[in-house]
Amino acid sequence: MQRGRSDVEELAEDESGEELLLSSDRSRQAHITSSSSAEASLRLAFAKFQSTVSAHSPMESNQAKPSLLASESDSQRTLSPYVTGTSVVALKYKDGILMAADMGGSYGSTLRYKSMSRMTPVGKHSLLGASGEISDFQEICKYLDELILHDSMWDDGNSLGPKEVHNYLTRVMYNRRNKFDPFWNSLVLGGVKKGEKYLGMVSMIGLSFVDDHVATGFGNHLARPILRDEWREDLSFEDGVKLLEKCMRVLLYRDRSAVNKLQIAKITEEGVTISQPYSLKTFWGFTAFNNPTAGAEGS
Amino acid sequence: MSRFSPYDNNGGSCVAIAGADYCVIASDTRMSTGYNILTRDHSKIYKLADKCILASSGFQADMKALQKLLAARHLIYQHQHNKQMSCPAMGQLLSNTLYYKRFFPYYTFNVLGGLDNEGKGCVYTYDAVGSYERVGYSAQGSGSVLIMPFLDNQLKSPSPLLLPAQV
Repeated sequence: MQRGRSDVEELAEDESGEELLLSSDRSRQAHITSSSSAEASLRLAFAKFQSTVSAHSPMESNQAKPSLLASESDSQRTLSPYVTGTSVVALKYKDGILMAADMGGSYGSTLRYKSMSRMTPVGKHSLLGASGEISDFQEICKYLDELILHDSMWDDGNSLGPKEVHNYLTRVMYNRRNKFDPFWNSLVLGGVKKGEKYLGMVSMIGLSFVDDHVATGFGNHLARPILRDEWREDLSFEDGVKLLEKCMRVLLYRDRSAVNKLQIAKITEEGVTISQPYSLKTFWGFTAFNNPTAGAEGS
Repeated sequence: MSRFSPYDNNGGSCVAIAGADYCVIASDTRMSTGYNILTRDHSKIYKLADKCILASSGFQADMKALQKLLAARHLIYQHQHNKQMSCPAMGQLLSNTLYYKRFFPYYTFNVLGGLDNEGKGCVYTYDAVGSYERVGYSAQGSGSVLIMPFLDNQLKSPSPLLLPAQV
């Protein structure tokens, strides 16, 4: 297994042989998910090697590796994330779901992008928030657009609710993990359909669950305990926003990849509203911060 | 950057005890990862057939996939045989399904409980790759090392080779 190679080496290497293996394996591998994601990944693979049209059948006919081994020698998958978003926090309230995420996209330790919207509506009934690799989130949005489109093309009066979208996302994430090519995201899926509120989460290895409040990344450590203490059934909109802001403020103080520009999204039976970006008030005038090394050894 | 691991252990334990004409299956509902609790209300028990219930601890994404697979296979069985699968039959199917992924296993520690063809309680206990055995009682998961000795103490009948105490 070639895990130790740097990304530069992989890019410089002749990609035609490996990419061919990638596309033929992807077309051979059976997806448990709906066919639309299989088509999407096929299309992806084809788009990638439009430049290497020449070397086709000779390579394909010789390589007959079983799919598991082939995917392990694949060099195209995400080995580590590049541009990442930090935590997403969400909770159920009286009329639906409230979700908050800041607008930062970090490039390692640099806070490179400060206007990345990490929440998006899905169909009529759901709201998706993502942390982790932003490009994978954008890819997932494309898959979901296709899912919703095909669903509406049936024109049967039915529309996919949050439970269905959550299940679809779980299957997509799980199947990518099976191929050792995960979407490097933690997804939060919330929605309301026919009065029933739904809030769930999917991790990058396909682990999924539902709960009254969820948080990804650092939110798990910092926001979840606050929510466990202070969340209650049937919060009003104002109380819900206050509680979310409390969680986001703690994350702003303590998470180094948080930026002070966030959006709060709400989804109710009527639909999705994502707020304009705004900042939280912070206070740094604590006496302990003024002279932090007072009394320390050697200060 | 730490290497991507496709597995995670979400903790929890499952127990099943077989009686003369009943079977009891139990599990806790905590789902955790590392030192974090993800949710306090996630069931590890799944009804596969009328007389057959599966409880699994370990990696919950694999558990979900396993449940869906077995449920689909059971539906096909019902269409082909016009009856529900018996617990011993489901036991064999589960073992084969687990071994099918011998070289990229389902990280699940399963206990299958139900009633056999004669109506007596039965419990099957599995490891992650499908080796299984019918037993009178079993525990799997993070608490199994604490639960099994207790069940042995209460439910295991003494060996006939045990000498009576000297007065």
